[in-house]
Amino acid sequence: MTLYLLCFALFLVGLYGLITKRDLVKIILASGIMGYAANLMIVLFGYRRQAVYPILEKGKPAVAMVDPLPQALVLTSIVIELGTTALLVALAVRLFRKDRTYDITKIRRLRG
Amino acid sequence: MNQTQGMSLIVKTTSRIILWVVFLYGLYIILFGHLSPGGGFGGGVVLALGLLSIVLAYGRSFTLKWLRIARLEKAEAGAPLVFLAIALLGALFGGAFLQNFLGKGSLFHLYSSGVIPWLNIVIGLKVGLSLFLVVWALTEYDPEGGDEE
Amino acid sequence: MILPSFVIIPLAAAFLITLLARRDGIGAALISLAATAVTLGFSIYALVGLGGATLVYNMGGWKIPIGIPLVADSFTVFMLLMVNLIALTSLAFSWGYMRWLGSDWKYYALFMTLLTGMNGVLVTGDLFNLFVFMEIALLAGFALVAFGGQAHEFEASFKYAVMGGLSSSLILIAIAVIYGSTSTLALAKIAEAYPGLGPGLKVWVGVLLLAGFSLKAAVMPFHAWLPDAHSSAPAPISAMLSGVLIKTLGIYVLIRLFYNVLGAPAIFLQVFLVLGTLSILLGVFLAVGQWDLKRLLAYHSISQVGYILIGMGLGTTLGMAGAIFHAFNHALFKSLLFFNAGAVEMGLGTRDLRKMGNITRLMPMTAHSSMVASLSISGIPPFNGFFSKLVIIIAAVQARQPVFGFLAVIGSLLTLASFMKVQRYGFRSEKPAEPLGQRIGWSMNLAMAVLAVLCVLMSLLVLPGIREGILDPVVSAVMNKTGYAALVLGR
Repeated sequence: MTLYLLCFALFLVGLYGLITKRDLVKIILASGIMGYAANLMIVLFGYRRQAVYPILEKGKPAVAMVDPLPQALVLTSIVIELGTTALLVALAVRLFRKDRTYDITKIRRLRG
Repeated sequence: MNQTQGMSLIVKTTSRIILWVVFLYGLYIILFGHLSPGGGFGGGVVLALGLLSIVLAYGRSFTLKWLRIARLEKAEAGAPLVFLAIALLGALFGGAFLQNFLGKGSLFHLYSSGVIPWLNIVIGLKVGLSLFLVVWALTEYDPEGGDEE
Repeated sequence: MILPSFVIIPLAAAFLITLLARRDGIGAALISLAATAVTLGFSIYALVGLGGATLVYNMGGWKIPIGIPLVADSFTVFMLLMVNLIALTSLAFSWGYMRWLGSDWKYYALFMTLLTGMNGVLVTGDLFNLFVFMEIALLAGFALVAFGGQAHEFEASFKYAVMGGLSSSLILIAIAVIYGSTSTLALAKIAEAYPGLGPGLKVWVGVLLLAGFSLKAAVMPFHAWLPDAHSSAPAPISAMLSGVLIKTLGIYVLIRLFYNVLGAPAIFLQVFLVLGTLSILLGVFLAVGQWDLKRLLAYHSISQVGYILIGMGLGTTLGMAGAIFHAFNHALFKSLLFFNAGAVEMGLGTRDLRKMGNITRLMPMTAHSSMVASLSISGIPPFNGFFSKLVIIIAAVQARQPVFGFLAVIGSLLTLASFMKVQRYGFRSEKPAEPLGQRIGWSMNLAMAVLAVLCVLMSLLVLPGIREGILDPVVSAVMNKTGYAALVLGR
């Protein structure tokens, strides 16, 4: 149970960074941390007590294994977040070229 | 990023040797994806990192001459079409989209699990090339639009 | 085989465009037009041929609970029709508009990816598959908002992407909790297992899903990304985003999850009512003071989504009918309004209402269709907006929540006021307009004309005969609530 709470605490750390930081790169890192926390929680939910990794090997008997489905879900999710992070980084680079700064309080062209 | 000279000679030589080991490792992860952890995604990332090590060590202009980027872009766009073709073949022979139509084989052999190893290869190719091309597009200096995955 | 083709065709088109592209993008436009026409044809065929039945297609032949099912009931087919129709008109509009912005095959490839994602969200019956398709559509959306290369577009896209990332993480945590407690990801199975969960868990799951998907639907208080993103995007993309994306990713998923899977618990319906009213009033208050045309339209999107939420929150058949009807209507007239804004931007070179002039002589189709759209969104008979808002207000009164009906009427009056301002200062003011930009092409005029005609025709949906054929199966599929599970698993 404490593991799940710690995972949620990691998510809150990422959220804190997202809200309070001013640097574009730190915002990207914070959203990455939130994504990792969510993925970690998915894998944690697949854990079974006294179980081994879910790979059948030659010669070893088949015993209780952890759930492999969350691991496949996390694989897909990591790749999706890779795409999002790549997009965010590309946007940050282009913004830097236009405004010469990574500070979001200075990049304020849209009002209202 | 003005990398016309690249890094020092030690880095260049080492990366030239390591590159092929990295490719071998990536191919191993992709091909054995149905028997051990990894599969298309992880192996593809390793392949992309191998290519990226050349970009980092040698600089942009050299890599432009060594690799043909246009061909890589065509391959990257063609890979998902191959995936769709395999899936549609599954529909033709099996009855539903993405259905397995090759033999299941026996346990622990490399040639088993039906259609999955071929899909792993296609995915590995696509993910590796995409990741490499995305980082490549980020290294451009002219104001161009960055290509997405 | 028809269900996967909704996803396969745009996806294949996107990658074919990347493979075969030339510099100018004419081939790309033709491929995307062909693909969207085919999917639109399929969705019309599905609507006509389906009746009230539910189609289930198991991907790969694997049955539930191992495989991923694709499910199409009447609600899905209705939304598919809406999405593909708006996509086709947006493509027709883009043909002319993107020539001005520098047409590029990348735009069409991203557009097709957006369509793939939305179609995928609509046909899937598996929760994680829904997440994947939603992310595909969102990534294409982020890239399209930033298309055009100006600094304010990048800032808008960054804000949108970061908030989208936050909501996606929330949805992932919700998926983790759902999987941990029900051991399945297929929507039908979750619907079966949900009543057996503990009450705290039920609330947690509902709150996480609500927070995540409300951000996608731009409900207050999660709306902050919408004015920037929708006003900075190119006009046909604004039409797609405002017209269909917030409907599919937000409203459709909310209805599907909260009605068919969670069984419409009363506490969440109350939340819908409150958030909906907040959206209507705050959206329209913030819109009235705007002078930038596209920003004004973006704030109105927030406001109109509030109407749909009120319809959803009432929990009655009439309320849901009003909500779905209004969703379709809003897609029509909001896309038309964004097309008008794009045409004005192209023809006059400005988006500021104070700098525009009288365009009735210069761009007659734009002027007249904007009048049609403005009357529709304000709820003036005989246009479609009047009927859908009337249904929602009557449903509110019938469900003994007259306060919400009253507030909805106030919102409608303020909407009328702001659109009269648009017409008065912008399109029909005294001074004539100076033609600073290009001429409007025939494809853009055609797109606007089609949508304007549909705005009038859609009012016919209230007539008893047509309503039973088209709208009632949709509403009954939704109000069937967890009967959805039995329909899917029985096949």
